[in-house]
Amino acid sequence: MSTATTHDAHHEEHPSGLMRWVTTTNHKDIGTLYLLFSLLMFLVGGAMAMVIRAELFEPGLQFVEPQFFNSMTTMHALIMIFGAVMPAFVCLANWLIPMMIGAPDMALPRMNNWSFWILPFAFAILLSTLFMEGGAPAGGWTMYPPLVMQTGNAFPFLIFSVHLMGISSIMGAINVIVTIVNMRAPGMTMMKMPLFVWTWLITAYLLIATMPVLAGAVTMLLTDRFFDTSFFNAAGGGDPVMFQHIFWFFGHPEVYILILQAFGIVSQIIPTFARKPLFGYSSMVYATASIAFLSFIVWAHHMFTVGMPLTGELFFMYATMLIAVPTGVKVFNWVSTMWRGAMTFETPMLFAIGFVIMFTIGGFSGLMLAMAPVDFQYHDTYFVVAHFHYVLVTGAVFAIMGATYYWLPKWTGHMYNEKLGKLHFWLSTISVNVLFFPQHFLGLAGMPRRIPDYSVQFAGFNEISSIGGFAFGLTQLLFVYIVFKTIKGGEKATDQVWEGAHGLEWTLPSPPPYHSFSTAPEVK
Amino acid sequence: MLVTKTKRALTAAAGIAALFGATSAAAEYGLNLTTGVTPISREAYDLHMLILEVCIGIGVVVFGAMFISIIKHRKSRGVQPSQFHESTTVEILWTIIPFLILVGMAIPATKALVAMEDTSNADLSIKVTGYQWRWGYDYVDNGISFISSLATPKDQIYNKAKKDEHYLLEVDKPLVVPVNKKVRLLITANDVIHAWWVPALGMKKDAIPGYINEMWFKVEKAGTYRGQCAELCGKDHGFMPIVVVAKDEADYEKWVAEQKGEAKADEQAAQRTWSRDELMARGEKVYNSSCAACHQANGEGVPGAFPALKGGAVTTGPVAGHISLVLNGKPGTAMAAFANQLSDVELAAVVTYERNAWGNDTGDMVQPSDVKAAR
Ligand code: HEM
Ligand SMILES: [Cu+2]
Ligand SMILES: [Cu+2]
Repeated sequence: MSTATTHDAHHEEHPSGLMRWVTTTNHKDIGTLYLLFSLLMFLVGGAMAMVIRAELFEPGLQFVEPQFFNSMTTMHALIMIFGAVMPAFVCLANWLIPMMIGAPDMALPRMNNWSFWILPFAFAILLSTLFMEGGAPAGGWTMYPPLVMQTGNAFPFLIFSVHLMGISSIMGAINVIVTIVNMRAPGMTMMKMPLFVWTWLITAYLLIATMPVLAGAVTMLLTDRFFDTSFFNAAGGGDPVMFQHIFWFFGHPEVYILILQAFGIVSQIIPTFARKPLFGYSSMVYATASIAFLSFIVWAHHMFTVGMPLTGELFFMYATMLIAVPTGVKVFNWVSTMWRGAMTFETPMLFAIGFVIMFTIGGFSGLMLAMAPVDFQYHDTYFVVAHFHYVLVTGAVFAIMGATYYWLPKWTGHMYNEKLGKLHFWLSTISVNVLFFPQHFLGLAGMPRRIPDYSVQFAGFNEISSIGGFAFGLTQLLFVYIVFKTIKGGEKATDQVWEGAHGLEWTLPSPPPYHSFSTAPEVK
Repeated sequence: MLVTKTKRALTAAAGIAALFGATSAAAEYGLNLTTGVTPISREAYDLHMLILEVCIGIGVVVFGAMFISIIKHRKSRGVQPSQFHESTTVEILWTIIPFLILVGMAIPATKALVAMEDTSNADLSIKVTGYQWRWGYDYVDNGISFISSLATPKDQIYNKAKKDEHYLLEVDKPLVVPVNKKVRLLITANDVIHAWWVPALGMKKDAIPGYINEMWFKVEKAGTYRGQCAELCGKDHGFMPIVVVAKDEADYEKWVAEQKGEAKADEQAAQRTWSRDELMARGEKVYNSSCAACHQANGEGVPGAFPALKGGAVTTGPVAGHISLVLNGKPGTAMAAFANQLSDVELAAVVTYERNAWGNDTGDMVQPSDVKAAR
């Protein structure tokens, strides 16, 4: 995409070079910025994971001190959640929503620019804490007081960067809602929207509902520390458990913020490669909506051990188990979509199938964790670590990678290298299971999470897990290589790209014009 | 760190081989939840196996259908894609059936939960207090009270000595309980949140400042059971193990009598005047087990996180200020209040030690009676 040609083709003035990216209000440019940012954060967060797995390779302290180890787990989680996965989904929203609903751009382009450009500052602030007196935050991504109060100089920077991330997410969410509600092409009724658009719309509401709650919680931490309030300080009449309730009221919907769009992506990919329409479109929409609703009333399943009253524990146990129903409906629908299709297995399809299988494994362990009487044993062990990495890595991250392979030819006009793509899939799938599957065993055998050192009985599986971790980490360099190579060049992609692809985005040229649909298409 | 691709594939293959090899060595590696030694732990285990089997069952059906489809319904076999895309009956069925399975799971889970939360009619109550990074135990009924900390030497942690069998899972003074008695724990914390967990006893509970949580267990077999703190509580969260020794009635009574004798001896020791050498020797011990984790064995602390005591303002300043700081801690920081964790003798010794070690040489001596007066 040379700036010269875009110039010729358009009446508007675009600055070139760096200023083009700083001042851009174009949904595709902003999508690209989000993609690159997310990739960068994925590598930074991944490097931290490598430190963690290196230290856990064998018993004893070898490479880092416990305090720094805790900083690594804390920063790894914050960076992966807020810096890698969430921005990746916003990248996809920017690139795809206007093209999928037949709009020229996002509804609020200037706000779009802002919501991206806040992020580099938020993460620069967060990462700068690594060099501060007292070290980077080490109290866990959940920031529970009173422990988080022991953070050194990094404390206010942590809070401020969380505020910035929240502002960025909320602006992104507003933009998504306004775009979807107002800018659909004639004939594109709500129940005709691609599922990816539906899942993003629902997620955007979740974001607007929960991000301010997080902001409130961390602001209360801030005033507790600097202005002598005692929201969470027992000695001052406050309640440390209240923080956990507020945090998880944000936190549980947040985990669905990290997965609903992945459901959407997989619901786009599978029909394409099965050459068959999605099974149960409307039940998919209703299932997504009910998951979103239920996600607000299950938060305390993260807190079964804090000493809630029996009735509270029962309520949250039942509600959590209930979430498995709509989740199951989705999985059944995907399998039925494949059933009696005519499938081919290009890289996006491989990632989608990998997603369905491994996300379901994560769903199973979620169901197990939902059972309060057994969660007393599972809670805060590696079993939980295995659970959330199955849903987040082989779930959310696999879906994002699948989406990248699926739409990259559309975005760049070039096909990626299919051989390398498949290699990337298989290496990732094998290594990620070597990495996380043994963690189920570790947790069941009694290894707590968030510890830098462990007793000798856990040595075997930790070693295996670390080997898987290094392999998975290295494999992702291949992904970076493939993406950049495809951006630079490659076999010319057709407009439809995939034989079985349906939807407005595939009617545009590859790469699509600067303003996606200058005249709205007619949807029948 | 860069390895070639083949090597990478080999390591991955080796990893998987090890994974399957491990199944046969399940006993060594520990693959599953333990059945444990309490009624609760057995109940948790049974529920765990039940839900695991249900999940595996569902998994076999769902993944089975998927694999059949992947094998049979592929374009390379020349199939024509069918175009069906809904079926209300099927969709209602696969909403209702999972729901019923869940109801089936919820019933035993509810029963188990009700039993676990019933802490009434306990034979014995013990208060458990989490400190950064040790556990305090107070026997409510007979006044026995002590602190239990990690006994693994630093040399093993830093790989300078061979790790022994119970590496990181050994303490200087275990919690002792009688078998076949319903023991109720009253769990709280002094600084940050911790969680008390011994897998074989079947339950964990958070220790939260300002809260007193309850849990109970009834150990059915004499023996030693090990666990760890299960809630991130700062730097040494991985280094605050729990050891429970369950003894027969007679052995337990003997242990209680011994403890009472020791308590008396300690009381007498607190009343006499201690010599400088005695204080320094005891002080060094206390320092290494209670203070060195943060302030370091050489007294130099960790810049930015934990202040140096070598030449420090407090350790070389007025004695009263020093005693008061150690007794009451410094709120809002990791510096704990040691008033309830250490005895008068221990406090006197450690303050004396800090004032004279590492070239501080103030020459001051603090007696147990001074500490008692400052409390
Ligand atoms: C069937 C659906 C699911 C159920 C029933 C479920 C249940 C649970 C439960 C009960 C816990 C708490 C475990 C504990 O700390 O003891 C948990 C933790 C967690 N789950 Fe899920 N889950 C499900 C799906 C998901 C999904 C889709 C995601 C994200 C994509 C997710 C992400 C997480 C995370 C991040 C944690 C750990 C948070 C932390 O403590 O740091 N889960 N889940
Ligand atoms: Cu949750
Ligand atoms: Cu802890």
